[in-house]
Amino acid sequence: MNSAAGQTPAVSLHSITKRFPGVLANNDISLDIHAGEVHALLGENGAGKSTLISILAGMQQPDAGHIEIEGVRVKIHSPRESLRLQIGTVFQHVVLVHSLTVIENLMLGGAWWRIHDRKTALARLRDISELLGVKIEPDVPVGRLSLGQQQQVEIIRALWHGGKVLVLDEPTSMLTPQGVDELGALMRRLAGQGVAIVFITHKLREAYAFGDRISVLRQGKLVGDILPEHLDDMDEEQATNEIIQLMFKSAVHGAESAEAEIFLREGQERHKRGVINKSGPPVISLEHVSTRAEPGECALHDIGFSVMPGEVFGIAGVDGNGQKHLAEVIAGQRPVLSGCIKVSGELTTDADVPARRRLGVRYITDERLGEGTVGGHSVATNLVLKGIGAPPFWRFFVTIWQRIFRHAREIIVAHDVRTPSEHTPLARLSGGNIQKVLLAREISINASVVVFNKPTYGLDIHNTRLARDRIVKAAASGIATIVISTELDELLELSDRIGVIFNGEMSGIVENRAGAESEIGRLMTGAKAA
Amino acid sequence: MIFSTARVLVPIIMALVVGGLILFALGKDPFAYYEYVVQRGLLSWSGFQQTLIRSAPLLLIASGLIVAFRAGIWNLGVDGQFLLAAVASAALAPVLIVALPSWLTIIICCGVSIAVAMAWSVVPAFLKTRYGLNEIITTLMMTFLGISFANVLVKLPFNDPDNTVPQTMTLPVTDRLGRLFDTTIHSGIIISLVAVFAVHFVMTRTAFGLKLQIVGSNPRAAKHAGLNVGRLTFATFAISAGLVGLGGAVEILGVWGTMRADWNPAYGLLVIPLVFLARFHGIAVIGFTLLFAILMIGGESASRRMGVPNFYVLVLVALLLIFLALVEYLDHLSHKRKKA
Amino acid sequence: MGGLLTEVFIASLLFGAVTVGIPLLLAGLGEQISEKSGVLNIGIEGMMLMGAYGGFVAAYYTESFWFGFLAGGFLGMAVAFLMVLFCVLLSMNQIVIGIALTIGAEGLTALLHHFQFSRTYPRMPEVPTLDIPGLQNIPVIGPAFFERHPLVYLSILLVVFVAWIFRRTQIGLNLQAAGDKPAALDAAGVNVKLTRACAVLTTGFLAGIGGAFMANVGAGLFVPHMTHGAGFIGIVLAMLARGKPLWVLLGAALFGSSLALTTALQVAGLNIPTDVVQMLPFAMVIVVLILFARHSYLPPALGLPYHRGER
Repeated sequence: MNSAAGQTPAVSLHSITKRFPGVLANNDISLDIHAGEVHALLGENGAGKSTLISILAGMQQPDAGHIEIEGVRVKIHSPRESLRLQIGTVFQHVVLVHSLTVIENLMLGGAWWRIHDRKTALARLRDISELLGVKIEPDVPVGRLSLGQQQQVEIIRALWHGGKVLVLDEPTSMLTPQGVDELGALMRRLAGQGVAIVFITHKLREAYAFGDRISVLRQGKLVGDILPEHLDDMDEEQATNEIIQLMFKSAVHGAESAEAEIFLREGQERHKRGVINKSGPPVISLEHVSTRAEPGECALHDIGFSVMPGEVFGIAGVDGNGQKHLAEVIAGQRPVLSGCIKVSGELTTDADVPARRRLGVRYITDERLGEGTVGGHSVATNLVLKGIGAPPFWRFFVTIWQRIFRHAREIIVAHDVRTPSEHTPLARLSGGNIQKVLLAREISINASVVVFNKPTYGLDIHNTRLARDRIVKAAASGIATIVISTELDELLELSDRIGVIFNGEMSGIVENRAGAESEIGRLMTGAKAA
Repeated sequence: MIFSTARVLVPIIMALVVGGLILFALGKDPFAYYEYVVQRGLLSWSGFQQTLIRSAPLLLIASGLIVAFRAGIWNLGVDGQFLLAAVASAALAPVLIVALPSWLTIIICCGVSIAVAMAWSVVPAFLKTRYGLNEIITTLMMTFLGISFANVLVKLPFNDPDNTVPQTMTLPVTDRLGRLFDTTIHSGIIISLVAVFAVHFVMTRTAFGLKLQIVGSNPRAAKHAGLNVGRLTFATFAISAGLVGLGGAVEILGVWGTMRADWNPAYGLLVIPLVFLARFHGIAVIGFTLLFAILMIGGESASRRMGVPNFYVLVLVALLLIFLALVEYLDHLSHKRKKA
Repeated sequence: MGGLLTEVFIASLLFGAVTVGIPLLLAGLGEQISEKSGVLNIGIEGMMLMGAYGGFVAAYYTESFWFGFLAGGFLGMAVAFLMVLFCVLLSMNQIVIGIALTIGAEGLTALLHHFQFSRTYPRMPEVPTLDIPGLQNIPVIGPAFFERHPLVYLSILLVVFVAWIFRRTQIGLNLQAAGDKPAALDAAGVNVKLTRACAVLTTGFLAGIGGAFMANVGAGLFVPHMTHGAGFIGIVLAMLARGKPLWVLLGAALFGSSLALTTALQVAGLNIPTDVVQMLPFAMVIVVLILFARHSYLPPALGLPYHRGER
């Protein structure tokens, strides 16, 4: 390991502070990033990691503090300036133009008065591909690449203008376990070339596995660092304890320690569950279900599985492998091309959303604001969104607003939704509270099947714990529970069985017992079950 | 409350001021113009009656637009729907009146006009639900088509051969919509007020209205919640066009009794800013419509008397829209500042 | 009454189609540039109208067609500047502002025209032409295509030029990215708002020239509301052309011919009311939309203002 001690850091952040309406996203953060090191930036969702890197990328300006590049004070007032300083950023969500080819995407940002300089661009692509050890077709439209390949294109683009610093924001969230290992090797190779790498993650294990140095963020503050010389001497358990110490040193009691528990336990120990009665008929079963392919979406091919009452069935897989279609088909939002779906023994293949709901099918979407709710309407309206026109809130199609508002007030109290009032537009709530509204709306007494699509996506530890507790409780009450997640750890913790989806097909279903993880990892790459 | 009043008043005042500057630049006295407009449109008895009469079709169009806009649909095809509905009533009424009592004639004419206008909205509705085609373009195309088609109908099949000017046969004054008390105001204003209140009730107090609003603010959430977005879109187009069509019928049955060729009051785009000013609120739109009717009636007199052509009203409407959007923007900005 | 397919009829149809088609072509190409960059430019009708008025006034007083076109272009650009200011820079609603600009241009041009020309109704003289030797003598086709004002040839060349810009230049890439995924363009260090602003200004310039052509060459004078939906047809052309300038040309030819049918039929001695013929292009648009709507394409970020940090 090439220790960088004593050298001028490649980038140093000095007392960076950034405020957003209602949040202090970065609170006086100072950080040194060294050439030749993988610097892991660890913290839960909402800890301020993304804000920090968007400041580095020139997307945001800090309210206070300054940045030095190799000892020289700079102002990164635009993305262009960031690129000029050779800071390349790979954002959490893909920012590539799908209708353009790989090489065209890479040529974006060239001098505007020029015609394309394909030859130079291709040569550059070849050089960087070699450096990374990846192979990318230059003339394929980006929209046709897998997410993993798109990420590689993004890394190439980040290094396009010369890689002094490479920032990767949660890069492992769209990769298979093997892909994560490959990314780790890639980062190591680049660090060996003298690139300073900032690796952002919310997973403790990844921070330990890939980081030469770990900085821990919590609620906008830098709570501590583990220096390379220390990290070298620690084994995983020691490092873990150290990090937990840093994150939760102020709290030894109650909720906080339970959250520490979650963070620690992440993927290491599965939830203790009762035995499920498998003698009866399944609540829901899918047989040979296929859907029509739409541009940019992954359709289902011949999917089949069934879920028992009280069982948690996990769906694992890299994002964009048909999860969305699967959830929508079960909810009745998307027509089935062939195959059939039975709920409680009843054939419901052609039933629409209201009909499915009457049978107890509920769907908690991953796009909370995109489709789960109507952001401009009140919390109260959103709570009855899926029952418009039905009693007791409507009588002869006339809205009884008083009852809707009273119902909302009850829910707000019962589920601890933090909102100024039931009239507040839903979009003003935080992600965790929006998820509480969704969960309260979907999980009710007469639910028999509940589909959770990425239920903890984007939530902080506290809300992640709450959401997972709801899932466990739902299953305990006898609901057939389907959890779709890209976080394998989450599925290992919650599920009884895990089905792996790849390219719209179920590549295998695995009992969740010791050693399941490696089998699932294999299936996620499309290898069929043995 | 102060802010919302300001939000409405500031655009109006700014539009009037900038419009006045334009008048001044053209060598007219803006104060004299506005004074004359208010004098003729509001303060004189006959002018005031004219204002109320003019409000009837405007209100019906406004209520149609409220339904569409709340459901997130840009029905910009109002003029075509309005004129075709007007032709239907103008052609039908003089024929029916021979055999039927006038009240029944009026009801049938209104019904047919509504149906005709609805039919004219089917193509944009179909193209939107089936292919996701932007309704702004399709409704505009249908409106250009409809305006010409209405003229063809008046000049060819429904032309009154006894008249030298191309127009339809005339419904006798006594058989038109009843007058209110001792005035020249016809009962169409009552119909339009009822329509506005009904629309307001449906949009704010019924399941159907809420469904439309959900579709309007987030179509994907509507689909997720199990609403039939396609059917609701068709319904929105139909109701919106139907109300506009009723406006056309009321204007013919209440005021003209006949339709002349090339008659096109082009109310469609003019009503849009009123609906925005009222923030799609059914009751609030009544006030703005009255204000606008005063401007129109007064402006028509002024165009004869003071040589300021009626096109000036178009300029005012455009200014109103721009300042409205501007005030909205500034408001949004200060909101963001306050939160930070 | 002679047969419909006489030489005279076809010649006048083709001649008229080019005359009417050029403004449609310019509007369609302009709108295509805006839409590619993610701005739905409903105000294009107003830009054309303003260009028609300004182009006529300038040409009339300077007695130069070229000055007319240039002035028309710049006035169209002035309207486009308002669109840029309100919609691109301030992120206000593109549709509301578009409608406002169209209504405003209708009102203002009619008002100005009333005060200037309502008594005199002056006309432009015959348009000077640049004849292409050899080709101009071909019967029927010659007068329609090869005895025209140079702007006609330039407009056709513009199709090729715009196609080349889209395919081969950085500007083309930037436009495409601004409409498809503005965040990607931003991340690549290109100013999204500036890209869109330039696109809309170009649209205004082209639409303005189109309007001026309509007034000076097509009609020979300015009449209030004279564009009569040509800008909106331009939007349809752009929508159906799926980002391909050549398709705009084809569409302009198609709709241009149907618009030109009025005069051609009258030349042929057929007396159909003008209203019937006026319906033709719009009926054509509707039919084309019903038949080909599934093939229309609009960029994903069309109509959405860009704010950094939002997805």
